[in-house]
Amino acid sequence: MTDTPTPALRVDPGGRIGVSMTVNGTAISTDVEVRRTLADVLRDDLDLTGTHVGCEHGVCGACTVAVDGQPVRACLLLAVQVDGTEITTIEGLANPDGSLGPLQQAFHDAHGFQCAFCAPGVLITTASLLETNPTPTRDEIKAELSGNLCRCTGYHSIIESVETAVRLTAAGAKSTDGGDEEASNA
Amino acid sequence: MKMPTFTYHRPATVAEALAVLASEDDAKILAGGQSLIPLMAMRIGQPEHLVDIGRLDELDYIERRDDHIAVGALTRHAAAEDSALVQTGAPLLAAALGHVGHRAIRTRGTVCGSLAHADPAAELPAVALATGATFIARSTAGEREIPAADFFQGYLDTALEPNEMLAEVRFPLWPDRAGAAVVELSRRHGDYALVGLAAAIDLDDAGTIGGAALAFFGVGSLAVRIAEAEESLLDKTPGAEAFAAAGRIVTETIDAVGDNHGSAAYRNHIAGVLTTRGLAEAFDSIGDRV
Ligand SMILES: Cc1cc2nc3c(=O)[nH]c(=O)nc-3n(C[C@H](O)[C@H](O)[C@H](O)COP(=O)(O)OP(=O)(O)OC[C@H]3O[C@@H](n4cnc5c(N)ncnc54)[C@H](O)[C@@H]3O)c2cc1C
Ligand code: FES
Ligand code: FES
Repeated sequence: MTDTPTPALRVDPGGRIGVSMTVNGTAISTDVEVRRTLADVLRDDLDLTGTHVGCEHGVCGACTVAVDGQPVRACLLLAVQVDGTEITTIEGLANPDGSLGPLQQAFHDAHGFQCAFCAPGVLITTASLLETNPTPTRDEIKAELSGNLCRCTGYHSIIESVETAVRLTAAGAKSTDGGDEEASNA
Repeated sequence: MKMPTFTYHRPATVAEALAVLASEDDAKILAGGQSLIPLMAMRIGQPEHLVDIGRLDELDYIERRDDHIAVGALTRHAAAEDSALVQTGAPLLAAALGHVGHRAIRTRGTVCGSLAHADPAAELPAVALATGATFIARSTAGEREIPAADFFQGYLDTALEPNEMLAEVRFPLWPDRAGAAVVELSRRHGDYALVGLAAAIDLDDAGTIGGAALAFFGVGSLAVRIAEAEESLLDKTPGAEAFAAAGRIVTETIDAVGDNHGSAAYRNHIAGVLTTRGLAEAFDSIGDRV
């Protein structure tokens, strides 16, 4: 148990509640109706419309964001449940100057998407996979992305984009390590 | 598609949570929300009160005790999946968790929430039946233990009273020389299964089968064990012949319910196929552990 237990709270139907969270590194305090989801608040209140909403019942994966580093469905969380957490949305994967971050760039280079409706969920899911497993196998990539539906691509280009990202990251790591390994791998 | 309104409660202690369940009609616990929120979004469920147990950290634990592994009400699927205690002490649960939805569902959904929800196509109720888990129900009146065989009562229906919380579930410590496997047929990885099996098998000193548990899900309104097939395995030499014979008994006995995803005959057949496959996988896993 924590030293300072959260005080008991009751909010009547239609009532509002203050929610504080850090979104892509920025501290935010807002006031939300208690039945609204994290997806609602990100898109409608915070104007972070990169998070897409497809099915609103957990199945399509488009709304996936990271809460305290873990991928979650933003449509299946009440905003009040994430009070006090750190959230990363697709906007948070960009470089600070707004240009594409490395993972986004890999998908761009490998022509990963068509309409890109699924992109926010696919990218957040991939980012969290690569954090725990920087060199996933093709099967691991498929298993991890099985919860992200894409209506356009047939998935091959998505999987290839993840593999591109893995290669680029490995190449980047190698070039900063020095060239020794390259010789032994050649 | 927006959620209906409700009164939101965020208790600071388990006692407060139980007090709300006792005093309000139509109050539902909000654990991971991975089943409850979709039901509410689709307006299939419109509880008047939600009791959010998400801040009750004292309910978030996995403990190894004398003869069981205890999992608290707020333990997420992902935490159990990653737990070494679960992998060694409750390998059938470990084998099931990777099949529960997707990682982004498992980071929020809870083991106890899945059991309390009692979806007949879910993996964990079958695991609880196969292992003979014990359910700890708590209310303002106190605590009681419910054996798995009595806990699941029908489609989304359990022995829990409306004022009770499933506070903990206990999985008996896994015996030596026993194997576990969860096999299922689903349309996509992570989907609910069309038919699935939680299988456990243990060997006696002579190396013949000392016990077997076969619990099926996705075949009706409840997960079911097929005792005839389990008994057919006793004292047999583990191997393809005995496993196939058990599979045939399952197909003849299970009497699955069909729907537009698969007819009854198809499901009966697949249940038999999964039996043969699951027993072989469970048997193979014994080597990993001994
Ligand atoms: C896209 C998707 C795919 C999924 N696929 C699968 C799958 O393949 N297999 C599978 O098994 N599940 C699947 N699930 C469901 C998932 O496992 C849920 O996490 C689980 O069923 C419910 O756990 P929860 O903690 O989210 O419960 P909640 O949704 O919070 O609650 C579910 C119900 O149980 C009650 N409840 C919860 N905790 C308690 C408690 N401690 N005491 C008493 N009552 C309680 C609630 O009041 C509610 O009625 C899937 C879900 C989604 C959205
Ligand atoms: S919108 Fe959340 S999973 Fe589809
Ligand atoms: S690119 Fe269109 S849904 Fe994936």
